[in-house]
Amino acid sequence: MYSLRDQACVTGVGETAYMRGSSKNAFELQLEASLKACSDAGLKPSEIDGVIPIGIVSGTAEDFIDNLGITDLRFSALIPHGGASPVMALQCAASAIATGVCKHILITFGRNVSAASNKAGARIHNMPQFHYVTEFEYPIGSIAPAQIYAPMATRHMELYGTTVAQFGAVAVACRTHALLNDNAVMKKPITLEDHFNSRMISDPFRLLDCSLESDGGAAIIVSAAPIAKDMKQPVVYISGVAEGHPDSPGSITQRPDMTSLGIAKASHRAFEMAGVKHADIDVVEIYDCFTYAVIRQIEDMGFCEKGEGGPFVENGRLHLDGDLPTNTHGGLLSQAHVWGLNHVVELTRQLRGQGGRAQVRDAKIGLVSGYGDLGDGAVAIMRKG
Amino acid sequence: MTIIEKPLPIPNALSQPYWDAAHQGRLVLQCCASCNTVRHYPRLLCTQCYSDQYTWQESLAKGKIHSWTVAHHAFHVAFKEDLPYTLVTVDLNEGVRAMGVWRSAQQPQIGMPVQGKFLLSEGRADLQFNALASS
Repeated sequence: MYSLRDQACVTGVGETAYMRGSSKNAFELQLEASLKACSDAGLKPSEIDGVIPIGIVSGTAEDFIDNLGITDLRFSALIPHGGASPVMALQCAASAIATGVCKHILITFGRNVSAASNKAGARIHNMPQFHYVTEFEYPIGSIAPAQIYAPMATRHMELYGTTVAQFGAVAVACRTHALLNDNAVMKKPITLEDHFNSRMISDPFRLLDCSLESDGGAAIIVSAAPIAKDMKQPVVYISGVAEGHPDSPGSITQRPDMTSLGIAKASHRAFEMAGVKHADIDVVEIYDCFTYAVIRQIEDMGFCEKGEGGPFVENGRLHLDGDLPTNTHGGLLSQAHVWGLNHVVELTRQLRGQGGRAQVRDAKIGLVSGYGDLGDGAVAIMRKG
Repeated sequence: MTIIEKPLPIPNALSQPYWDAAHQGRLVLQCCASCNTVRHYPRLLCTQCYSDQYTWQESLAKGKIHSWTVAHHAFHVAFKEDLPYTLVTVDLNEGVRAMGVWRSAQQPQIGMPVQGKFLLSEGRADLQFNALASS
């Protein structure tokens, strides 16, 4: 059977500085990150022949042609699944490359959320995929993702005994790693106690369970594997990749099993394609819109049984020296929230051996997950060439 | 001073009958005219038999608590004076789930029997749930 395994490589990565209050708009941030990714890959921007802008929020394929001087764009796609989009874009890019449609695909995301009109509570209700939430839940006060996701976490705690301290373990691991990253927004260490004492946002989510609101841009280049070997950077293959969607993706409340995510359907496909086992994974970057989402995905991806994600994340397992180093850049919780494209950037760096102070020793195989909107999911397993 | 109102639903052709009934204090659910499967929120097709024919069936608005959250932060300024408020998801006896505002003093629990009711006020119909003494 035909497979996407090792057909495409991530050959370039780029990020703007992450912050609040950027003077640049989303598309300007995307362009800045895109130029950095091209330079990292050793490509002229005009050599890009495929583009996948992430989300429905900023530059179109046409805008990239106009600004990057692309003379022969052969492929474009738009992936509108929130934070699952970057990893879904890896599947989309690998598919186009493996079938010979194009050679170098730019995947980029940028956003500026500092404007009042673009706060989380207002933002999602402008997105068409949230129309059920906007019509039936927003008017009674279920406004922002923290409130929309919280009942999932409540149910997980009630059914499986997951604890506040286990949520805290995820927050502390991400923060600990962010302190090793010069481009992380959060600069102060936190303890489990700080997490427990942070103010309640939407029970059971405290402030330190919630991801950041960030301005910034990120970009990656995905290239055909035979070409990648002769490019500037160490080769990093996309070995397995898959996307999955939950039942009732339009609203969490309507889902038969509220605690199940689309990633549960995707994960085994990615592992099978890559031909690796969970024990082979050296480092993971897991979409962390909320601490609970990390625990949930660890279960759905089969690192442990359903209901055991809470105990799994305790005792430093997610830290650099633990069994499953997680979110080595600080994640959405402590580096920045750019829809998880920063997770793909970080995994690529780790597998190149460019992880800086957060480098996982001898990292050869890694996993990155995406989790978007109301449960859409994607998984990619990448390996060092 | 400008008073910012809570957001109102914007019904479409598919959901208008739901809201029309809600404003009369009745909870109605879409019911497939072909195979009688009840669905919610309103959708064009029945996912069991793909029929696009349906009726609106009145619900007794009884069910059991599925999950909940207590909001402590107002993501919309109009909800500030309601804080803290509790939202519950409820498995209705008809087999679908609804979200509503929790009105009872007691702490919600998974499986707790509840009764839903629309609170009607100045153009609004907000679904609310109260604990139901189990018989």
